[in-house]
Amino acid sequence: MNRVVVIDYGMGNLRSVVKALEHVASKQAHVALTASPEEILEADRVVFPGQGAARDCMQALRNSGVLAALRQVATDRPFLGICMGMQVLLDHSEENAGTDCLGLVPGRVTRFAKQQPDADGSCLKIPHMGWNQIRQTVPHPLWRGIAQDSHFYFVHSYYVQPESAESVAGMTDYGISFCSAMACGNVFAMQSHPEKSAAPGLRLLQNFMSWKGDC
Amino acid sequence: MLAKRIIPCLDVDRGRVVKGVNFVDIRDAGDPVEVARRYDAEGADEITFLDITASSDERETIVHVVEEVATQVFIPLTVGGGIRQVSDIRRLLNAGADKVSINTAAVFNPNFVHEAADKVGSQCIVVAIDAKRVSAPDAEPRWEIFTHGGRKPTGLEAVAWAQRMVDYGAGELLLTSMDRDGTKIGFDLPLTRAISDAVSVPVIASGGVGNLQHLVEGVTLGHADAVLAASIFHFGEHTIGEAKAYMREHGVEVRLD
Repeated sequence: MNRVVVIDYGMGNLRSVVKALEHVASKQAHVALTASPEEILEADRVVFPGQGAARDCMQALRNSGVLAALRQVATDRPFLGICMGMQVLLDHSEENAGTDCLGLVPGRVTRFAKQQPDADGSCLKIPHMGWNQIRQTVPHPLWRGIAQDSHFYFVHSYYVQPESAESVAGMTDYGISFCSAMACGNVFAMQSHPEKSAAPGLRLLQNFMSWKGDC
Repeated sequence: MLAKRIIPCLDVDRGRVVKGVNFVDIRDAGDPVEVARRYDAEGADEITFLDITASSDERETIVHVVEEVATQVFIPLTVGGGIRQVSDIRRLLNAGADKVSINTAAVFNPNFVHEAADKVGSQCIVVAIDAKRVSAPDAEPRWEIFTHGGRKPTGLEAVAWAQRMVDYGAGELLLTSMDRDGTKIGFDLPLTRAISDAVSVPVIASGGVGNLQHLVEGVTLGHADAVLAASIFHFGEHTIGEAKAYMREHGVEVRLD
């Protein structure tokens, strides 16, 4: 049995993530949405989604009782962070006048500059919302079968800046070039929403379901 | 580069797609799940459901529609129509919607937008703006917000209203020209541009699309971030794929993969 859990800590709607995983999972797999530390620790692989603001997200994690289990599984089995679930892996976010995060990946989270000019001189809209391309900067099992520069669906106003360039797995251009995917050992994380990114997103989730946690 | 989005809009009444969707080899053109799957397969960037059900008793059916679509369609889903309380929003998001579109409730109670964005996040909140030109043809253009399908004026000036809604937490604006809606003569481009240039969030242009050139103009001349259309897609005049190919030929960045 291949057990994947989606961590439910009370931040937003996670049904889409579960539905997309169920859609790509084989018959031998079991997808569960859970807030139980025991169930998280028993899983073969873990998806850590998130939306909303960094402070609320960290608060919800502390209140939920899953924090210790989350820290454990982020070190020892295939782990996928999505959107805010990527951002809170870093040390610190600028959001909410500064929020300390999980510190699992060295680095910071920064807001897109207001009135960021685009190449043609027009101002970029914030949030960065819609379909944008990911330039795969490293080969990785999760990129398997996904074309270079495929479009994924993004909705966010902040982006990650990992300290080590070796953590970067993908880059996206929006006024600036920012890190839109990270890979460190058993952790893979992405700013966009694979569960809302049509075929490339489903392929990534399918890859995750068979990933051994290596690079 | 961020792609401009093409969004087909489906009117749903009591759980069925209405106003005719005319696809080749689709078994049931009234089934929202089938229609959504078809648009997804054609490359739609999002799908918007507009719940036009009059009776609040039957409103619950849209929740089941969203639930069903969300198990099979993996692109963003927006639902509008009849949303008055945060509990309405939560129910739709929990069913699988990614965003909700608030219209009348925002006009009658602007703080509702604030409350909703605070509770579920701006990224889930689209404010629908129905605007109509009220100035003389030769005068400086001025648009006002109308409700009840363009019949009731509110006295609210459209650009200021759009800015106010963004201040209150709208993550996106769905802008419909009541003058153009249903005419098939193209978007109200000065209106679209005035609003899009005045706000920091993405603007979806709606109302008046009759051909593919109109979609291009909405982006290039109207500065819209996304274009929404119904009839040109529903009646088989054009597929989403044709629309995207045309837009790309005319220099608009679109998602084709």
